[in-house]
Amino acid sequence: MKILVPTKRVPDTELKIRLNADNSGVDEAQLSYVINPFDAIALEEAIRIQEGFSGDVEVVVVGIGSEEYEKPLRTGLAMGADRALLVQSDEGLDPWNAAQILLAIVRRESPDLVLMGKQAVDDDANQTGQFLAAQLDWPQATFASKVEIDGEKVQVARETDLGIETVNIKLPAVITADLRLNEPRYASLPSIMKARKKPIEEVPASELGVTIEPRVTIHGYAVASAERTCQQLGSADELLERLRTEAKVL
Amino acid sequence: MKILVVVEHDQQAVRTATRSAFTFAQDIAQRKEGTVECLVLGSKMDGVAADAAQFASVLTADDPALAEPVADRYAALIAKTVNERGVELIVAATSTFAKDVVSRAGGLLGGCMASEVIGHDFRDGQLTLKRPMYAGSVTAEVQLHGSPQIITVRGSAYAPAEPTGESHSITPITVNASELPSHIEFVSRDTKTSSRPDVSEASIVVSGGRAMKNSDDFERLVGSLADAVGGATGSSRALVDAGITPNEMQVGQTGKIIAPDLYVALGISGAVQHLAGMKNSKVIVAINKDPDAPIFEMADYGLVGDVYEIVPQLVEKLNAN
Repeated sequence: MKILVPTKRVPDTELKIRLNADNSGVDEAQLSYVINPFDAIALEEAIRIQEGFSGDVEVVVVGIGSEEYEKPLRTGLAMGADRALLVQSDEGLDPWNAAQILLAIVRRESPDLVLMGKQAVDDDANQTGQFLAAQLDWPQATFASKVEIDGEKVQVARETDLGIETVNIKLPAVITADLRLNEPRYASLPSIMKARKKPIEEVPASELGVTIEPRVTIHGYAVASAERTCQQLGSADELLERLRTEAKVL
Repeated sequence: MKILVVVEHDQQAVRTATRSAFTFAQDIAQRKEGTVECLVLGSKMDGVAADAAQFASVLTADDPALAEPVADRYAALIAKTVNERGVELIVAATSTFAKDVVSRAGGLLGGCMASEVIGHDFRDGQLTLKRPMYAGSVTAEVQLHGSPQIITVRGSAYAPAEPTGESHSITPITVNASELPSHIEFVSRDTKTSSRPDVSEASIVVSGGRAMKNSDDFERLVGSLADAVGGATGSSRALVDAGITPNEMQVGQTGKIIAPDLYVALGISGAVQHLAGMKNSKVIVAINKDPDAPIFEMADYGLVGDVYEIVPQLVEKLNAN
């Protein structure tokens, strides 16, 4: 079995996002980058499937971006992926174009399962996995919190607004990972050393035969400050009084 | 411009968030000489269709094969309807239903899609959409290129539409169950059995964070205060991670994004990811032991103190009235 794990490079979620002086884009000078946390969860799941599976499982981690992406991909290899693919593209891709590149990679690699994060925490679009599944005409199970593989059949528990939904899908399929699927491991020092020898194959986007046609373009940014002036109160009584008479919400 | 609203329902009525999608669609229709229709998918949809007909003309895909919102089937029917009727704009409310089903339909229709839209305008005739990025710390203005365009709007950003006052037509569309995709088999749904209002739709939400040590304490503090004010319970991601609260209660970047009249944050420090989910609430109250907790910068009213002491006092005083 082969599992493909597409990943996106996103700013470290611990860092505060600031805009350029002219608000034309995000100030990248102060940022460091990590694998999108939901993609890391997907990768962890792929590795766990590999560890628990009786037959051979190959885990291939995929990144799209410039050479700077190598570092996060190395982290993925240190977690346990067998090899990595770096699709070289300097363009910021919208979900449709990311899905087009992944579609070409899927055609090339013929995985049985694509496991990826439900959303990237930079644009929060929550579309790429669904676009890819639709284009492949494969089943999808989004927002997975539990994945159980039994031959060609996969049972997935999904986190929906209404509670946990369980679906059965057949491989090949696309599964997108939600928060509670697992907790990604930290790579140990020996595995980091070992990962240095694992291959990262670089694939120019142009070689994949994908024409990038932007579907979504960004025309401006604004800082969404939501700071308020907080009135510090002294007691429960005072709070209730204010909520009743001043805010009038009780 | 032909606009199609994809209706989300609870088997009986149109969900409030879909009414917000109608508000968006009606505004575009008014400014672009458009017409609004809506699509109801499901099984035994007479009641839902009648409810939806208060807002726009209804197309119903009503078949036992559609009893559950299975992504491949629903997406195929949405795409088919869009193609057959020449729909140029598809609108839905942001939810896990739309993220699953409407995004897949978007993948069949060319991927011209913007999700979580919180505002819109026309610039030189071109529809410009506001949507949050980076956990809501930045708002981006985006434009879509191509047709059809697919837009999901945040329910909290658009007031729910009121009935138009006329009863619109209801037209069934043909569903050939044997031709529908059947890649995904629905097995079960673990439905919440809560007597409290839904966190997405409640006008008051009481949320708990890391200060809650276990699920009993969460229920005793957050649950009791929510009940005392007739509100819903919410949770920070920390408690979901710790297994204290279920994921559907999570408020934040990757959970529910809400804007109730009153949001009470109990023992929540206020990470940017949590703020992304509640910062547009009308009134925000924060109670936290740490006077420097970032949540206070986003709050209208603050109380520095231990939630284990303050919340029981609040509950007692509220229940005494």
